Amino acid sequence: MTTLEFKDVVKDYTLRNGLKASTLRAVDHVSFTLAPGRTVALVGQSGSGKSTIAKLLMQLERPTSGEILVDGRPMQRRGAGLRQYRKAVQMVFQDPFASLNPYHTVGHHLARPITLHHPEYSRTQVRARVLELLARVRLDPAQEYVDRRPHELSGGQRQRVAIARALAPGPGILVADEPVSMLDVSIRLGVLNLLATLQREEDLGVLYITHDLATARHFSDEIMVLYRGAVVERGPADDVILNPQHPYTKLLAEAAPDPERRLAELNGGVRDDDAVPA
Amino acid sequence: MAIITQDPQPAVAHVPATPRRRRLRLPRAPKLVLGVSIASAVVLFGVVGPYLVGNPSSVRDVGLAGPTSEFILGTTQTGQDVFAQLAHATRGSLTIGLVVGALTLVLSAFFGIVGAFAGGWLDETFSLISNVMLVIPGLPLVIVISSYIPEKSIWLIAAVLALTGWAGSARVLRGFTLSLRNRDYVLAARVSGERSWRILSVEILPNLIPLLASQVVFAIIFAILGEAGLSFLGLGASGSFTWGTMLFYAQNGLALRLGAWWWFIPPGLLLALFGAALSLINFSIDEIINPKLRAQTRSDRKKWSMSRAQLKDAAEVTV
Ligand SMILES: Nc1ncnc2c1ncn2[C@@H]1O[C@H](COP(=O)(O)OP(=O)(O)OP(=O)(O)O)[C@@H](O)[C@H]1O
Ligand SMILES: [Mg+2]
Repeated sequence: MTTLEFKDVVKDYTLRNGLKASTLRAVDHVSFTLAPGRTVALVGQSGSGKSTIAKLLMQLERPTSGEILVDGRPMQRRGAGLRQYRKAVQMVFQDPFASLNPYHTVGHHLARPITLHHPEYSRTQVRARVLELLARVRLDPAQEYVDRRPHELSGGQRQRVAIARALAPGPGILVADEPVSMLDVSIRLGVLNLLATLQREEDLGVLYITHDLATARHFSDEIMVLYRGAVVERGPADDVILNPQHPYTKLLAEAAPDPERRLAELNGGVRDDDAVPA
Repeated sequence: MAIITQDPQPAVAHVPATPRRRRLRLPRAPKLVLGVSIASAVVLFGVVGPYLVGNPSSVRDVGLAGPTSEFILGTTQTGQDVFAQLAHATRGSLTIGLVVGALTLVLSAFFGIVGAFAGGWLDETFSLISNVMLVIPGLPLVIVISSYIPEKSIWLIAAVLALTGWAGSARVLRGFTLSLRNRDYVLAARVSGERSWRILSVEILPNLIPLLASQVVFAIIFAILGEAGLSFLGLGASGSFTWGTMLFYAQNGLALRLGAWWWFIPPGLLLALFGAALSLINFSIDEIINPKLRAQTRSDRKKWSMSRAQLKDAAEVTV
């Protein structure tokens, strides 16, 4: 199992405005640990640097300073070490309409990571694993979905495919960047419950990025509040929500006054099959 | 000026029960059918024609004569068979179009797509090169080069036309690749551990195919017309037939003044027809890329608007 440690990471972007250059600190000395079986929620308003942290974790960006440690050792950026890392750390993107290639079938999206990380699999083995993954994310009957293209799926179904793709290498750490913000309210809880179930089954360490405090409290063990790139408040989920210290957290908590009611609301509107009452 | 109004999009219905497996939905538009049939007829003539006719250069002492049963399109001033010349000229012009199309495809894909995908200094260098090539005025350069080299083959002309013509396509491709490069599905492929060349060829390239096709078709039109222009000015390939050289000789032989329509109308007509056919194909490709351009038919629109009963329901719901 993998433990991921984000240690004092800073990310600066250089903004060029004509001849003048200014730096924007998107992530400001952030530290946290992702451990198997635990969900950490990262909450913050738009532009606070949540996706940047996800990109740093996925090695789509390099930190300006600071370290990311995998099981105590610095993350590898090339070769076999990188392959190992890609297998261990996976991500679900925010927008299921953008994260699946319109040109390829559902089967292609799932088969690629499987063959990349298990080159020894035969064609039939890969196919069997694809169907198994589809069944795991409750796309039943799986046979019916493999040959479809993304435009032939609904938003919720697409996000399930994206989740299946993230699970394909068999990761220990899953980063979910606002996995339901682009989905219709009525199907959000279904997708979140699916993620929670998968997390329990696979003992995943999850970084759940969101700006919805209610779901953050419900689905995670720890909450970090990000404000302009810096963590301004952190702690066990209930403490942060019920007893916010930082003015910004108070503001957020007020904006979503009654988490219980909100969850009930979400639940009331659910028509998805695998949504269990909260 | 055309005013484009946005028609209400049909509400995306629930997922179809049966999976459909069509790769690329080609609109069966009359435009595409017409364009493809004219173009293939011309291509067929250019490929097969030269085998069926005699020597286009052989001189007879019939002189300038109109169509007869022996020479369907008459003869030139020096008694050469116009139909034979037309067959060889079609082949020559198509060869130039094909060579330029292929060269443009390779050059613009290399400088546009690879540069944009790799990013960094490679992108800077490549876009500098294509920008420089873009501001070099194409036709004058072609004229200068052509006038310096006395013995020109059609391959040389094609190479010169391709060298001066690829930069525009490269810029278009670069812009589109830049926007594709940062799509989430490309990032997701990288996160999956996909290698760069595979991301480029499997994730990005398929989405560029329609654009590439339209650029190539455009390059072919540009090349054939450009070559015709050059030849008409007497700067074309020496010793080979193209539509342009035929027009040039017709002009020189005072065909227009002598009323020898059988000499200049056939190559001119083929040139215009082929250009029109390729343009039609290009419009259809554009419509595939950008469905908004597709003119909706009346029946399509009817499908989208609500029936009276539905409208009443909707009003009740919104009240
Ligand atoms: N490639 C980049 N170059 C320059 N600035 C960037 C870049 N990517 C992000 N930023 C800036 O960094 C800041 C953090 O962006 P980020 O995408 O992480 O926000 P976010 O918290 O994910 O917001 P949202 O909730 O809207 O997704 C923003 O101010 C953004 O403008
Ligand atoms: Mg974001």
